[in-house]
Amino acid sequence: MVENRPWANVFAHTILIIGVALVVFPVYIAIVASTHGPGEFLRGTLPLLPGPHAIDNYKAMWNTGLSRAGAPPAGQMLWNSFVMAMAITIGKLSISLLSAFAIVYFRFRFRMFFFWIIFITLMLPVEVRIIPTFQVVADLKMLNSFAGLSIPLIASATATFLFRQFFMTVPEEMLEAARVDGAGPLKFFKDILMPLSITNIAALFVIMFIYGWNQYLWPLLITTDPDYYTIVMGIQRMTTAADGDPQWHLVMAAVVMAALPPVLVVLFMQRLFVKGLTETEK
Amino acid sequence: MASITLERLKKTYSGNVDAVRGIDLAIEDGEFVVLVGPSGCGKSTLLRMVAGLETITDGTLKIGDKVVNHLEPAERDIAMVFQNYALYPHMTVYNNLAYGLKNRGFKKDDIESRVNTAAKMLEIEDFLQRKPRQLSGGQRQRVAMGRALVREPAAFLFDEPLSNLDAKLRVQMRVEIKQLQRRLKTTSLYVTHDQLEAMTLGDRLVVLNAGEIEQVGTPMEIFARPATMFVAEFIGSPAMNMLPLEYLHDQKSGGVLTNLPEGTDTVGVRPDDMHLTPPDMPYLTIEGTLMLFEAAGAESHLYVNLASSEQPTVIRTAGQPPVREGETLRFYVTRDALHPFNSTTRKRTGS
Repeated sequence: MVENRPWANVFAHTILIIGVALVVFPVYIAIVASTHGPGEFLRGTLPLLPGPHAIDNYKAMWNTGLSRAGAPPAGQMLWNSFVMAMAITIGKLSISLLSAFAIVYFRFRFRMFFFWIIFITLMLPVEVRIIPTFQVVADLKMLNSFAGLSIPLIASATATFLFRQFFMTVPEEMLEAARVDGAGPLKFFKDILMPLSITNIAALFVIMFIYGWNQYLWPLLITTDPDYYTIVMGIQRMTTAADGDPQWHLVMAAVVMAALPPVLVVLFMQRLFVKGLTETEK
Repeated sequence: MASITLERLKKTYSGNVDAVRGIDLAIEDGEFVVLVGPSGCGKSTLLRMVAGLETITDGTLKIGDKVVNHLEPAERDIAMVFQNYALYPHMTVYNNLAYGLKNRGFKKDDIESRVNTAAKMLEIEDFLQRKPRQLSGGQRQRVAMGRALVREPAAFLFDEPLSNLDAKLRVQMRVEIKQLQRRLKTTSLYVTHDQLEAMTLGDRLVVLNAGEIEQVGTPMEIFARPATMFVAEFIGSPAMNMLPLEYLHDQKSGGVLTNLPEGTDTVGVRPDDMHLTPPDMPYLTIEGTLMLFEAAGAESHLYVNLASSEQPTVIRTAGQPPVREGETLRFYVTRDALHPFNSTTRKRTGS
């Protein structure tokens, strides 16, 4: 907009600032709470300024965790979360890239049937199929393992569908030029299609990583061994301490640590993401 | 380098749509053949069949002495220039040129020398490290040509390569393509819907209509003796006028035209062959009302309605004749400028 109306500007900024404050304030409280001793949180009046115990709290959380509440050290849970999220992300990306490639570029029997099957599963969230999936994973003896944590969440209709839509916008001549240039299907996929979809891959990487990182119900169901606890479900364990009050200052330290990796992923991948949106290469 | 032979080549799409209905054509080694026709005439399909991008329903296709019906495009030893260039957007110009060679397992120095030679020939050496999107339309066109050139293939296939360029650049690239082909003497098959491009580029023209060949010949043969009414109207701009016999009056008898080849009921006259002043030779006359006068600089186009009928006719003259719109004019045509046709068979009558 090119209008110059100072009051409209002030009004717009006020609304924006209120909106940002609403979102940011709880995060700020969590960070502040993680820097105080055990007492402050429960006294009812929460200090608005950081306290002196930041290093102690984070160190305690990282190294020992809340063993009384049955939660292992946060460092280990973060690692578990990271492994699970990466396995889910990479698995989802490779499977959906390949299946979209098959659906768009190959003519085989029941091609459209398979496409619609994949498409229909879009409508089924994990929770709907969680009991049968649990049964399958249990029968396959994959409870309490990284395989069990990640494999059932890998199939992705959303990513397949998005890649399909993207591949369909790649001009047909590109494939034909590659064929004349002597590139077979896999070479075309590797040399042309993958580099062209790198920005889509980056965008989906961000989305999928956060999806994997934030998995809560599934890890809660299939892990009973603390060695495989992920951070998101671990936080839940900490808050339900069997005796006494939850150690909120330590929980908040865990929360802040749990929130960091997704933030880093977004910050790091964002460049690629925005670059892809502003530079169309076709 | 090789000849290309098409024998009864057919393409039928699902649903019994015949795109190409049995084409016989022999392209000699080093020849530049242009396939020309209106959109939907099957010219692109035919080219893509030669390239191997479209399957062949029936017939035989030979490149050199080898039947290539079932070979992959890469195994046919051809190179293709696409209408939208189809450059790989994520690769530099250098890699665009080198990609086909890499896939064929050429050695690194070999690739480099070939790419550099081609780049020099096309004057794109300065852009080798750029990406296609940083190039102008004309430069992209050159890169697309370069990609075909580096392979030193048996044949070049061009699928309307100039139609995305502006008019000026198109003329310039047309000349360059012609010169390049002369120099390399590589067999070339070129598809276009632009009759001027076809006339100026080709050693031979193949005029296609509805999946069939209307006429094959050198550009001048086709211009001077169009074999069918379709060819007559398609080649040449403005298009040839088709006149029913009764509009033409014999200079001597004043009556209707006689002693034309048997079966003639229509004659074609090119817009340039209708004159405003009587020639020295025996002539015929045509009368009509000037509907519109179009001055185009060195020449003028007169749009005329003949003898108060609705038959529109175009006349092209040099300069700007002193005529007014609405005036009744008399035109003079020499006998040898007539192209006799039969409007039922739509073929040229006589020999």
